[in-house]
Amino acid sequence: MNMDCLPDPEQLVAALLAQLVPALSLDAKLVGIHSGGAWLAERLAAELPGQHELGSIDVSFYRDDFSRVGLHPQIKKTHLPFEIEGAELLLVDDVLFTGRSVRAALNELFDYGRPASVQLAVLIDRGGRELPIEAQFVGARLTVPRDQSVVLARAATGHLSLGLQPRQERADA
Amino acid sequence: MRNPQLNAQGELQHLLTIEGLPAAIIRQILDTAEPFVSIAEREVKKVPLLRGKSIFNLFFENSTRTRTTFEIAAKRLSADVINLNVGASSTAKGETLLDTVNNLSAMLADMFVVRHAQSGAAHLIAQHVAPHIHVINAGDGRHAHPTQGLLDMFTIRHYKGDFTRLVVAIVGDVLHSRVARSQIHALTTLGVPELRVIAPKTLLPTAVERLGVRVFHDLAQGLRGADVVIMLRLQSERMRGALLPSAQEYFKHYGLTPERLEVANPDVIVMHPGPMNRGVEIDSAVADGSHSVILPQVTFGIAVRMAVMAILAGN
Repeated sequence: MNMDCLPDPEQLVAALLAQLVPALSLDAKLVGIHSGGAWLAERLAAELPGQHELGSIDVSFYRDDFSRVGLHPQIKKTHLPFEIEGAELLLVDDVLFTGRSVRAALNELFDYGRPASVQLAVLIDRGGRELPIEAQFVGARLTVPRDQSVVLARAATGHLSLGLQPRQERADA
Repeated sequence: MRNPQLNAQGELQHLLTIEGLPAAIIRQILDTAEPFVSIAEREVKKVPLLRGKSIFNLFFENSTRTRTTFEIAAKRLSADVINLNVGASSTAKGETLLDTVNNLSAMLADMFVVRHAQSGAAHLIAQHVAPHIHVINAGDGRHAHPTQGLLDMFTIRHYKGDFTRLVVAIVGDVLHSRVARSQIHALTTLGVPELRVIAPKTLLPTAVERLGVRVFHDLAQGLRGADVVIMLRLQSERMRGALLPSAQEYFKHYGLTPERLEVANPDVIVMHPGPMNRGVEIDSAVADGSHSVILPQVTFGIAVRMAVMAILAGN
């Protein structure tokens, strides 16, 4: 697959919103996984009806490949400015692939408390799962060669774009 | 010669001293410590990074605060911590330092945190251990105390931001202080333009200027315009002979009081690595006053030690 075949993320955001609006409770809290998922959560929180508190999570301390690749060189702060205990959460990521980042994010969330429920929304589901994890809300399903990573970028204007990069172990979704 | 602290890829393998440590690695440690600070505010104050790793605290010299903060740091990373008060056991029975280390390595240690009265003890252990074992110097003689130096840098950055516009004054017993040496190396590496040491001649190492500091013997002159004042403990237990007339006499000339601090910048921060001698190097009104960041230093020390352990374990 080449660059031309990648969908426009702005259209995928619209597709996600169309699924989320009828399904998501009006006070669900959004938690984006750094960095693409955090950008996406910001967009969704701004455009969804209702009041959605916004948090972000960096799963570096919970990754399962630490003993092989070490600590990520740039770790962002996990920022969850609300009670996790009893909350209805929507976890947001840009690309769902092996499922390992989502596993790490779930583990981290539970160290903050016991949420009432956690759902998952992703811009792209590229298959290739290595864990029993599925998203309830998906912008698009794509087939991408295993040695490639799908990378979301955000311009200073807030405009989102998608690209392909050779896959590095650390950059797995 | 390769820096013994770095591996072949230039990554941190051991933390032995700040001297010669690249600024990029110091910044990496400080940056990594930031997200660790907030772990203390969570329901579960632990992350699973070092699960299954064994960290041995090898303290050949007493220390409550440093040992405790290393222990908390390791536990918050989910490591197993084994504290050895070595002075009271094997060494007393005649075992050599390296034999002690060999025995603990045979118990499958992953990391040693070492404090020793002899300068170079941590280096010796680092040269001796198998390649997968990491060594952290928690203070060796008068030589270095790198995690203290790093937590001081973290504290300064937290309150002041940019290092390259600061006037920093280190006051007191520089001669006996491994903390001061680590601070001086860190501050010069991070680009502090004006670094001062203030002390009587008898408490300064010879040719201390070569480390890149300005020397003052008068407290009022040295404190003028300072953004950061670091007080050092008067280490009476390390003093042989009469370096000073008396503690009272020392306080009269070098003790930090609110009045003396007035010549510093209005938003000056006052630091102290502890343990403090109130009424000797610092007046209680300063130690407990609005400029003091002495207790935040202790809190940040945990996050910085977590960062060092996590980076080492991952390299």
